[in-house]
Amino acid sequence: MKEEMDVLEQTIGSEYKYGFVTDIETETVPKGINESIVRLISKKKNEPEWMLNWRLKAFAHWIKMEEPQWPNVTYPPINFQDIIYYAAPKKKKALNGLDEVDPELLKTFEKLGISINEQKRLTGVAVDVVMDSVSVATSFKKQLAEVGIIFCSMSEAIQNHPELVQKYIGSVVPMTDNYFAALNSAVFTDGSFCYIPKGVRCPMELSTYFRINTENSGQFERTLIVAEEESYVSYLEGCTAPKRDENQLHAAVVELVAHRKAEIKYSTVQNWYPGDANGAGGIYNFVTKRGICMGEYAKISWSQVETGSAITWKYPSVILKGDHSVGEFYSVALTNHLQQADTGTKMIHIGKNTRSRIVSKGISAGRSQNSYRGLVRVGKNAINARNFSQCDSLLLGDQCGAHTFPYIEAAHPSAVIEHEATTSKIGEDQLFYCRQRGIDTEAAVALIVTGFAKEVMNQLPMEFAVEAQKLLAISLEGSVG
Amino acid sequence: MLSIQNIHAAIEGKEILKGINLDIQPGEVHAIMGPNGSGKSTLASVLAGREEYEVTEGSIEFLGKNMLELSPEERAREGLFLAFQYPVEIPGVSTTNFIKSALNEKRKYHGLEPLDAVAFLKLMKEKMQLVEIDKALLTRSVNEGFSGGEKKKNEIFQMAMLEPKLTILDETDSGLDIDALRIVASGVNKLRSKDNAIIVITHYQRLLDYLQPDFVHVLYKGRIVKSGTKELALTLEDQGYDYIKEEFGATTI
Repeated sequence: MKEEMDVLEQTIGSEYKYGFVTDIETETVPKGINESIVRLISKKKNEPEWMLNWRLKAFAHWIKMEEPQWPNVTYPPINFQDIIYYAAPKKKKALNGLDEVDPELLKTFEKLGISINEQKRLTGVAVDVVMDSVSVATSFKKQLAEVGIIFCSMSEAIQNHPELVQKYIGSVVPMTDNYFAALNSAVFTDGSFCYIPKGVRCPMELSTYFRINTENSGQFERTLIVAEEESYVSYLEGCTAPKRDENQLHAAVVELVAHRKAEIKYSTVQNWYPGDANGAGGIYNFVTKRGICMGEYAKISWSQVETGSAITWKYPSVILKGDHSVGEFYSVALTNHLQQADTGTKMIHIGKNTRSRIVSKGISAGRSQNSYRGLVRVGKNAINARNFSQCDSLLLGDQCGAHTFPYIEAAHPSAVIEHEATTSKIGEDQLFYCRQRGIDTEAAVALIVTGFAKEVMNQLPMEFAVEAQKLLAISLEGSVG
Repeated sequence: MLSIQNIHAAIEGKEILKGINLDIQPGEVHAIMGPNGSGKSTLASVLAGREEYEVTEGSIEFLGKNMLELSPEERAREGLFLAFQYPVEIPGVSTTNFIKSALNEKRKYHGLEPLDAVAFLKLMKEKMQLVEIDKALLTRSVNEGFSGGEKKKNEIFQMAMLEPKLTILDETDSGLDIDALRIVASGVNKLRSKDNAIIVITHYQRLLDYLQPDFVHVLYKGRIVKSGTKELALTLEDQGYDYIKEEFGATTI
């Protein structure tokens, strides 16, 4: 038993490879939050008055709220006055193309493995890159515009498509929804905006890459995706941050709106800096993600691979309002060292014949804590609602924890709700069996973990799945020896 | 190819092997028999490199290398294969994928390119016939929900795929019915060649009827107390281990 632990111990403990800092000129606002900071952010972004008023309302609400205590995570109190709420790479003039982007910035992206040019050429993925608070590059905009798709930064959307933003912002995640959503609503700095017109099938994957660079800054982005009737879009989101000893706050909001027969597929590979082996530093990832199936036969599918962050607190959810609408949640959450994750989903069945499917795979290693928290609610008019949930946990070693908190509220007797859960452990016997076949411990762990997470990985778009698979392996490097 | 010199091995401080000497040449089949607790499986574990077992004395040379300095995976890649007495289940990992990983790790070790999907499937088809394994098993997770016979067949199939120099069959006959035993044994026979060697660890004669070993060794209380040809196994079958115990029991105290 003792030896088993030693062996497991050694394989957990890899190096975070996105931990570099880009030396780039940054424009920031003073630390702390108050009404004038909110005004300043809005002013810097040259926002219309309605936007400022919305922010101020959110701020007024936020200061009356209290930080949630219910998640199964522990961390020292956050000093919200010690955070920089706006940091932007300094821009000298408006950019016409990538050639004009600061070369330091481009280098950063190359290090991140998202050479925008490459991606453009090879994979045909349109990328929006958000560094600290501001969107710095969006590719493929023109080609998308030809079919009527709007894909731009949130700031641009506020300037150029105010009617759409005003109509939908806060419509899925109200500014008063929760503590971090309210904070985000007050101080959000940028994010991605995407609008797919009626009947259009987006010809390529849309992608946003988030990066926190500046010290002591928080990242508060907002993403809004609207899919009109009978449209389709697949959206990818990736994130990294430099290594720092202090914790950094990331409080994002993502809102998805799918109208009748529209489908939105939203995939995330979250690799924020998780902190070091002793739990110093790392990102607090407190994110509110929610989609609404407005019309009948609409479908929203969340897929996420969560390997980073010191603390993850997120529940990508679907409100199934339209009859026959479908919500899906596929998740792999991996925690190592002292990482904590409390993640899951909410499926809110309102319409008739609505269906939801939850597949959650939690992998815990080191001394980490990994919780699945999911709510399936069937409203009183949701006739014939169906849900299937599968929650599996895989443990590496005996110092980590896996927890499952399923909540079920069914207000209609026709609801069919199934929940299956398993917990398993990578044992020394399995590892030795692999090694006797020539597969070393690290490769064996990767093999077993990949097998465990397969069902979720299969949901990811191809180019992302490969990345995600590597990421799982890297995150467990050194966790078994 | 394998030379074991005066091996002593202990687990949790308790000495199990008390000076084993054994020489194995390419092409040979050696049977190791002995009553329960004599150290047969410990010998298999020590050869495969299980870290719970501490080698306190002696040396093992395998293909000209000091085997005790090699990790379990290096021994495997060098050409050592252990057919487990209790094959382990690995949920979520398909048997095909598992064997492919193993094969390619071995190829990498020997400086070879990984096999592409087409070549791999061709090889698999060929070896499947050799050991009469059901194709459906290979798409399932490694050993998960396999019957006892299926697990053992899967071991022999992996042996066929990995083409080891030295194979240890650790009580491969245990838990097999007559038909499964025949299939497994005939699979092993087809894999025999003048270049590879096999160590068969067993309690019983019945597997040896099929495999016809060149040498039979009797292990008792951590030592090889008797070696001979296959007739020795027949004597044991006739007289049981009691005569071994009577003859050698007293000397080991």
